[in-house]
Amino acid sequence: MTATANQPMETPEVAMVSKGAFDADWNKVARLGSLTALALVFIALAGMPVGLNSRTIVDPILSMGYLSLLWLPLIMGWVSSKEIVLEGMAASKRGARDIVTGAAVGAIGGVGLSVLVLLLNQFDLRDPLVNWSPQLQEFLNFNGGIGTGVWIWIPICAALAAFGAGLVVLPERIRKAIITAILAVLLLSIFETFIVDVFDFLDDLLYANDGGLTLIATIAIAVITAAISLSGGGEKLGDVKRSYQTSTGSEHKRQTAILVGLSVAALIIIPIFTGKITQELMANIGIFLLLALGLNIVVGLAGILDLGYVAFFAVGGYTTAVLTSPNRGEDWPEWFPILPWWGALLVTIVMAALVGLFIGAPVIRMRGDYLAIVTLGFGEIIRILFLSDWLSGYFNGAQGITNVPPASFGPLDVKGTDPRSVFYLVMIFAALAIYISWRLERSRLGRAWMAIREDESVAEAMGINTVNMKLMAFVVGAVLASFSGAIFAAKVGSIFPTSFLILVSIIILVVVIVGGMGNIMGVIVGSVVLIGVLGGPKQPGLLAEFSEYKLLIYGALLIWMMLQRPEGLVPNARRSRELHQDEFLQDAWLKGEVDTDDDDDPNGAGMAPGGAQGATA
Amino acid sequence: MTRLLDIQDLSVTFGGLHALKDLNFHVDEGEIVGVIGPNGAGKTTFFNMISGMVRPSSGDILFEGESMVGLDPNQVTQRGIARTFQNVRLFANMTIVENVMVSQHCRTKQGVFGSLLNTAGFKKEEAEIREHAEKVLGFFGSRLVGYRLEQPASVLSYANRRRLEIARAMATKPKLILLDEPVAGMNPKESAELTGLIGRLRSEWGFTVVMIEHDMNVVRDVSDRVVCLDHGETLAQGSFEEVSSDPAVIEAYLGRPLEKKA
Repeated sequence: MTATANQPMETPEVAMVSKGAFDADWNKVARLGSLTALALVFIALAGMPVGLNSRTIVDPILSMGYLSLLWLPLIMGWVSSKEIVLEGMAASKRGARDIVTGAAVGAIGGVGLSVLVLLLNQFDLRDPLVNWSPQLQEFLNFNGGIGTGVWIWIPICAALAAFGAGLVVLPERIRKAIITAILAVLLLSIFETFIVDVFDFLDDLLYANDGGLTLIATIAIAVITAAISLSGGGEKLGDVKRSYQTSTGSEHKRQTAILVGLSVAALIIIPIFTGKITQELMANIGIFLLLALGLNIVVGLAGILDLGYVAFFAVGGYTTAVLTSPNRGEDWPEWFPILPWWGALLVTIVMAALVGLFIGAPVIRMRGDYLAIVTLGFGEIIRILFLSDWLSGYFNGAQGITNVPPASFGPLDVKGTDPRSVFYLVMIFAALAIYISWRLERSRLGRAWMAIREDESVAEAMGINTVNMKLMAFVVGAVLASFSGAIFAAKVGSIFPTSFLILVSIIILVVVIVGGMGNIMGVIVGSVVLIGVLGGPKQPGLLAEFSEYKLLIYGALLIWMMLQRPEGLVPNARRSRELHQDEFLQDAWLKGEVDTDDDDDPNGAGMAPGGAQGATA
Repeated sequence: MTRLLDIQDLSVTFGGLHALKDLNFHVDEGEIVGVIGPNGAGKTTFFNMISGMVRPSSGDILFEGESMVGLDPNQVTQRGIARTFQNVRLFANMTIVENVMVSQHCRTKQGVFGSLLNTAGFKKEEAEIREHAEKVLGFFGSRLVGYRLEQPASVLSYANRRRLEIARAMATKPKLILLDEPVAGMNPKESAELTGLIGRLRSEWGFTVVMIEHDMNVVRDVSDRVVCLDHGETLAQGSFEEVSSDPAVIEAYLGRPLEKKA
């Protein structure tokens, strides 16, 4: 008995439960399988496979159209193999059972497509469902007879899902190598336009004449990347990252300086070597990054959900246009000056701040949902004012203001036909915005905003003038948006009310949420990923083919983020604590950081009644 | 002694309900006043009204001779009245030191330009805020300082959260501090210790204290004067002994003796 008493809780190895191959959790299989089937049918009927079929991924064998369906069973298979093991519970042994589960999930998904093929053959539902087309039928039958599609999707989906689930059985090194290889092939192929634009010589080396990787290049890339992964290339990168995260003090400062220096150098050098397409893309990312940084101060720091942020973008654009373009409305008085761009920028800042105060003053006393709805209204009101007949003498209504001259700095012109100059200009302002966010977050104002975000009434009782502080966040955000608007006017050369739809507000908000609210790095990542890859409201991204489905993907991404990772891609430590309070406290408790008992005060802060013994007050 | 807080004929109604009715109350400088009364007597409403969260229907609140009716809570704090909350309301995801730093907001003034340009004035003020915060937290011994400074307030135990709430109120540099049930939920040892600290709030920091409390031991040990409220009216006031032996107070707490019914 004594021997066991000495080691009460130590279980050196958690026992593994072995289960038979067909002892699967059929409930889960049915759930995930029908989810897969529904999603596959939805994607097919949304028109993605047919729409994207002309884009090749791997030259003769795989097109983007098929990829838009095939990725799903693979991922769902992988999801089906995930298992949550609770502390102290026995984990089940990985093996044939996982593969069977995956295959079953995939097969059910395949059945969904098979049924769709049959229905496509029997009925014509093209009236409500525009994509219920012969092309879809051909596509799903692999251009063969009806028999092909009905039977072939089930084994394909089952095999892919089994493969996805089977990854968990493999040793970690091999799993990583396989995933790296797949990702490398997909990235190189999907971002073909961008890669060719930057590295011209790769065009003949990797890609087929009518787009897509050649078969040989695909195999070569897969082998090389898998080899790099197997030889531990990824681990070295991980080591560097870890050493940065764990370093402290001056060493950390030095490493940060190097990191910032390298990024700045890269941002200056890269556009020199890239073609127009990439430069244009980077300029668009920059404009939206600037907007997102401004909104991040309003939403991320002060917690004011502003759904009408586009209003300030519009005010910036229109003020600049009115002050620089000869084609502005006819009702402006003679004496009203036409300024150079930078002169107009100064007026724009003042205008944006005034409009921010004007909109903010009535709105800011509201809280939460009410505030969000009212800002949504103001965002539309501003756009409709610019569009209106009433003010068309000033802003030309729907015709907009054209002939906005480029922004001149001596011999340098920043204009839309030279996207590189736009990129450099926008980066200067983005750097300014980053500096402003970074300083304000770590100041008395930043703390007050945080307190307001946490509990507004208590913040007020603690002496914070919440109305003024919130208004200040609103105005700082407005000024940053107006920078973006001013650059946008000079870049596009014309300003129309349709550039400032409500959609812009929503997309910027999605950028901030997906990137990581309240975190500058998160906002940068969010802009690059969303605006860069998917594109802005009207600006194409790297995946130009997807522009028709952009909003669908934005929506799906937002829902997925809210469910799985509400703190964003690069979370703010504090935000994720707010969102995962329970888990955080549990972790702290396991690490022994939560004080559960007050008697652990070694210095005794006046234990006796009357408190005669002193603490060092 | 000079009158710090003088409340004259104060009433507040929520709909038809008189939460407070013609209340007269004063606090002299340097006093510790205990406010007692059964649940629903209007004690917390009374605090909410002083701190500007609820507007009185009639009557006047004079602080240092000037009326405070109609001021916003932040202006009340600016004038020099700080409070704690009955159900602890910390900024749970801010660190412990940030909780105390942020409540010095109304005593400091660096704005956007100071922080953007990182001026000498900004740096000096930040250092002072931090220093004062650590000094205030040091008042509670070693519990809230050291490695705890940078931890989020949510990891604290219940008693320490109450202490941090008092620290946060102290950091606003008030003249009058309103404590709403400071020892609720503490064990006897902890509440005895906190009683001592309340005494030191006056002797070391020079605060005048008004305290709502149900724990009669604490009220007895620390109060110069006790006021008993019931149904929004003052039942009795005076020393603890006087109030606690007042028949009206006993009746409010324990009910009317059986033989007096009928």
